[in-house]
Amino acid sequence: MTTIEIPRLPAGRALRLGASRIRMEVRSYFRQGDSVFFTFLFPLVMLTIFSTAFSNQEFGSDDTGGAISAAAYYLPGMLAAGLLLSGLQNLAVDIATERSDGTLKRLAGTPLPITSYFIGKIGQVLVTGTAQAAVLLLVAGLVFGVELPGTVGAWLTFAWVFLLGVTTSAVLGIALSRLPRTGKSATAVVIPITLVLQFISGVYLPFSQLPDWLQNVANAFPLKWMAQGMRSVFLPDSFAAVEQSGAWNLEGVAIALVAWLVVGLVVCRLTFRWIRKDS
Amino acid sequence: MTPPEPAVSVRDLRKSYGKVAALDGVTFDIHRGETFALLGPNGAGKSTAIEILEGYRDRTSGEARVLGVDPGKGGLDWKAQLGIVLQSTGESGAVTVREQLSHFAGFYPNPRDVDQVIAAVGLEQKASTLIRKLSGGQRRRVDVALGIIGSPTLLFLDEPTTGFDPESRRQFWQLITSLKDEGTTILLTTHYLDEAAHLGDRAGIIAGGTLIDIGTIDEIGGADARVPLVRWVNGGVSRQQRTSEPATLVAGLVRENGGRELDGLEVVRPSLEDIYLELVAAYEKAEPGLDTVAERPARPAETEVAR
Repeated sequence: MTTIEIPRLPAGRALRLGASRIRMEVRSYFRQGDSVFFTFLFPLVMLTIFSTAFSNQEFGSDDTGGAISAAAYYLPGMLAAGLLLSGLQNLAVDIATERSDGTLKRLAGTPLPITSYFIGKIGQVLVTGTAQAAVLLLVAGLVFGVELPGTVGAWLTFAWVFLLGVTTSAVLGIALSRLPRTGKSATAVVIPITLVLQFISGVYLPFSQLPDWLQNVANAFPLKWMAQGMRSVFLPDSFAAVEQSGAWNLEGVAIALVAWLVVGLVVCRLTFRWIRKDS
Repeated sequence: MTPPEPAVSVRDLRKSYGKVAALDGVTFDIHRGETFALLGPNGAGKSTAIEILEGYRDRTSGEARVLGVDPGKGGLDWKAQLGIVLQSTGESGAVTVREQLSHFAGFYPNPRDVDQVIAAVGLEQKASTLIRKLSGGQRRRVDVALGIIGSPTLLFLDEPTTGFDPESRRQFWQLITSLKDEGTTILLTTHYLDEAAHLGDRAGIIAGGTLIDIGTIDEIGGADARVPLVRWVNGGVSRQQRTSEPATLVAGLVRENGGRELDGLEVVRPSLEDIYLELVAAYEKAEPGLDTVAERPARPAETEVAR
């Protein structure tokens, strides 16, 4: 019997197709009104509301005695919330929807490497998360007059907290996408989780004002550490005193985020399938 | 000379969900370059069979080879040779027809020209429209376009023309005929028996998870099922008779009628649809338990996708 020859695909496709996926993902992200509002613009809307609502309140003073504005006080929390929304919330809802509406099934029937799919998702989060942070910083600086840090060291800290935070958040989003049973229930399952995390992690409420036990609960989750890392960049050093350990504890930030990144990667590796075969 | 390996080869294929057998021992081959129509009522096991061959489902037992590969273990090289048009899709579609096709074309080593494919499915006017803004029939044509963009050796078409108007269906038939001429092997399921008769070389009829008949389109059902039917009206009463010698019967009737024409005379050869309905009805009569199979959901609920 003459057998069928199947030609081998050329090597190195995964990266090229990953880049192609990123373009496609970013394009469709910005064409979906709900994702643009609830993940991209949401922190900006909250920053605007808080800056306006609490404009007469005292948030302490900086090292030279100048008052800290509400916008300056809330900016780090909103940047951290942006990491959580662009990564975890966005991908968990997006992938659960794609699993449910047949997108993943269609891709599973093509020679698209699964790696390229993930490059596309994480790339989309990096691009949109960076744009989101840039918009937040621009509006905070130009509209609300927040004085942004002037040292290279501060921006380097910002860069690693941002990159580690957004990557961890994206990976956790992929892991969490297995939880909703259908695309329709995805937002109902995911948004309460991110909302509660934002309230207990020092995004909307000052972290130092939460009771000890609640701070300890928040310590177990990554958002608290992202917010703390961001505070270390944008708030005066004197504010470190009200942190739980009395210091910015950037080592703790790095350890907590890397630990969650590893947990997320392991869960993805164990649970991600293109489709639910035969269940 | 050795015979070529069939494009698809299935031996005693079984698939059970708990105690329910969706496929209960199915055996068939699809030769290279052939168009094979898999026919059967809803819930008969057609989609289960096709999804096993596409690699989407695991089989419970039996053998399956698709392009010489076990479909449960097919890699990306293997998938690059396939074109899959699924039964239903409901993607949000925030990209245009051309963007989607160009993107998918990049997955394959020898893709077809994007604009030619858009023209072949008749979507030239909609090439720059977001997929979510298309009508159901137009989205189905995008599905078909995505199925053929990679120049597949083997094309799976699971009820491809659902929602097509008659004109689009004819256009689709032309497209499939040109793919056949290029040597593409096609596995087609459809509820339109005229479509199966027009496009298919051979057909298999599946009911209750078993293959109740298989053969070329001209032979399926056997000679008895193809006996022509003569209908006429005699004194206001319609009459009909099956005979393998219709001309002799009509000549005799004309003679009895004093050489005058008969009212309402028709000589009908049973269509594939007539033969199909007869075969399925005969099977259901012989297997009274079939009702439970028909009522069972064709697929597990969570893979159901809104149309």
